[in-house]
Amino acid sequence: MAETQTYQPGELEAEARAADNRSRWLLSLPAVVIITCAAAGPLLVMVLYSFLTPGDYGNVKWQFSLDGWTNIFVQRDIFDDTLIWADAHLSIFWRSLSLSLITTILTLLFGVPTAWFIATQPANRRQFWLFLVTVPFWTNLLVRTIAIQELIRSEGVINLALMKVGLIDEPIQMMFTDFAIGFGMTYVYLPLMVLPVYASVDKLDFRLVEAAHDLYAGRWTAFRRVILPLIKPGIIAGSILVFIPSLGAYVTPRVLGGGKNLMFGNLIELQFGAGRNWPLGAALSLMLMLAVMVALIWYVRVTSREQADG
Amino acid sequence: MIEIESATKVFGTGEAAFRALNAVNVTIAENEFFTLLGPSGCGKTTLLRLIAGFEPPTMGAIKLAGDDITRLRPAERPVNTVFQNYALFPHMSVAGNIAFGLEMLGKPKDEVDSTVAEMLRLVKMEELKDRRTSEISGGQQQRVALARALAPHPKVLLLDEPLSALDLKLRKEMQIELKRLQHETGITFVFVTHDQEEALTMSDRIAVMNGGEILQIGNPKEIYERPSARFVANFIGESNFLDATLKGGQVTLAAGGTFDVSVPDGVADGAVSVLLRPEHVAARAGAAQDGEIAATVDTVVYSGEATTLHLSLPTGEKVKAKIGNAPLGDGSLPKEGDSAALTVATGAITVLRD
Ligand SMILES: Nc1ncnc2c1ncn2[C@@H]1O[C@H](COP(=O)(O)OP(=O)(O)OP(=O)(O)O)[C@@H](O)[C@H]1O
Ligand SMILES: [Mg+2]
Repeated sequence: MAETQTYQPGELEAEARAADNRSRWLLSLPAVVIITCAAAGPLLVMVLYSFLTPGDYGNVKWQFSLDGWTNIFVQRDIFDDTLIWADAHLSIFWRSLSLSLITTILTLLFGVPTAWFIATQPANRRQFWLFLVTVPFWTNLLVRTIAIQELIRSEGVINLALMKVGLIDEPIQMMFTDFAIGFGMTYVYLPLMVLPVYASVDKLDFRLVEAAHDLYAGRWTAFRRVILPLIKPGIIAGSILVFIPSLGAYVTPRVLGGGKNLMFGNLIELQFGAGRNWPLGAALSLMLMLAVMVALIWYVRVTSREQADG
Repeated sequence: MIEIESATKVFGTGEAAFRALNAVNVTIAENEFFTLLGPSGCGKTTLLRLIAGFEPPTMGAIKLAGDDITRLRPAERPVNTVFQNYALFPHMSVAGNIAFGLEMLGKPKDEVDSTVAEMLRLVKMEELKDRRTSEISGGQQQRVALARALAPHPKVLLLDEPLSALDLKLRKEMQIELKRLQHETGITFVFVTHDQEEALTMSDRIAVMNGGEILQIGNPKEIYERPSARFVANFIGESNFLDATLKGGQVTLAAGGTFDVSVPDGVADGAVSVLLRPEHVAARAGAAQDGEIAATVDTVVYSGEATTLHLSLPTGEKVKAKIGNAPLGDGSLPKEGDSAALTVATGAITVLRD
């Protein structure tokens, strides 16, 4: 007869957990390597550059300096050498923030109903609609942005059509305005909202909606009290996916906003190009990243507290 | 009072069309405990969904207290549902779920609180009131679903197998509790179950369904003792079906014996099929005498309160006889292989329509 082995309480569970951990690490190894090389490495370079001195023709000189960081907020007047607030940076930051917020709100307004529409189609037709949502990804962003330009410029399709039917006498100036940027960014980022929201509506148990109606909830109340809380993860994921890249958007504001309506991404690009101030560019990028991180951490705190409250 | 008038529900179109309900007519009285009983897929849930308003009927109408409610939205019907899958709101606590309907009706806060407390007490969930509904057991979820549907005090409560996940003891308790509630609140209960015993013990009337149609409606006694169709007899309780000849209010079994019967409408004299419940057959060992039916014992199955004899008749027909067990057995029951003599209780034979 085989001897019965005895175990310490919890011993088997601990072993299983350890084995599970090991295999998970192994599986995640490629991801870890890629993230280290492609994200952490360049980030370190940026941190380093932000503390160096600008070179004369771009690049950096190996000389420690805090100017990159202080220049975000203050600049030295060229004539009398006094320190003045870098208003331009702050107002560009503010513009980026508000345009990104507006973009997020607009993609929510258009994206949630779209996602809802797709998710409530019969299963065999959903694939087709999802496919349509992803079609824009097939074309280069720059090309699509220029196509938008063709729509909204003064001799563009929209203005010509409106003048033809006699609604307006003179073309409406849409290019090189905040409207153009907001319009373009909403278009570009809309799929990034639709897809995660679709995923969460798809998982939604519609019997819960029936239960809400059964318990006397009207359409709006059922949406607010039952549907919205349940698709919230998708809405949040979509908002993050739209808001963060919007903050750093570069191509769309450049093409549709022109040289005057800079956004943060363009400001950074300027430092590495014509501005020849790499440390300032690096510092600006890092500041943007910090701002996003602070916002995300704050957000996670708030929502996890909400979860705990029930 | 609910009137369902020739309600038909067809899902899909063309080739794929499926008739889940076929011209169902039912009238359910106020404060009645009405049970829908039938095998899986026979259309019980579909009928409830029509009454709740989640699904429009393909044809027919639904009336509540004389008013046609067929076009009303679910939120406009004074009807609440205990869903087969509970459908509790996962993002709300137990108490939050129960309060939902009351809040939607715009009840004042203190009334909501007191009703919720009362409901929690009723379903014995006071201790778990702050738990999320994803963190309680299936049986507990079922009780919360019940409390949630009862809280707004609807005119009609639809219950789709509300006790199926409970253990026997709790189930019996809840059966009594439900019955009491229905009595006290004056709410009409439309109750769906698979469980024939539950249907028989709780209902004022039972509708037996199959294939989207109602085969028979009656009180438990009628359904059990005078089933009209073979399907009903077979679905509820154990049955012996025997061949017989009907002539002028009497049947003569193929295996012998003539009995007075009540003849259902539309059954003509001639060959018929009759039902004989196993507990209405008595058996003793020995050769059959006058008025008894001869049989041979195939198997004897002991099941605690009773012993079931599986017997063969000279005609080749099989018959079960279920005999209540005397204390410590009395040794008079026939054994396997014995020949036995069967007696049929008076009035025990029911002529079936098909
Ligand atoms: N939305 C639907 N589309 C197509 N067919 C359906 C739909 N809903 C139900 N059916 C079909 O209608 C029939 C009746 O379904 P129903 O849910 O009413 O059965 P049930 O009597 O409640 O069964 P169970 O006891 O298993 O819950 C089933 O055959 C089912 O497949
Ligand atoms: Mg069902």
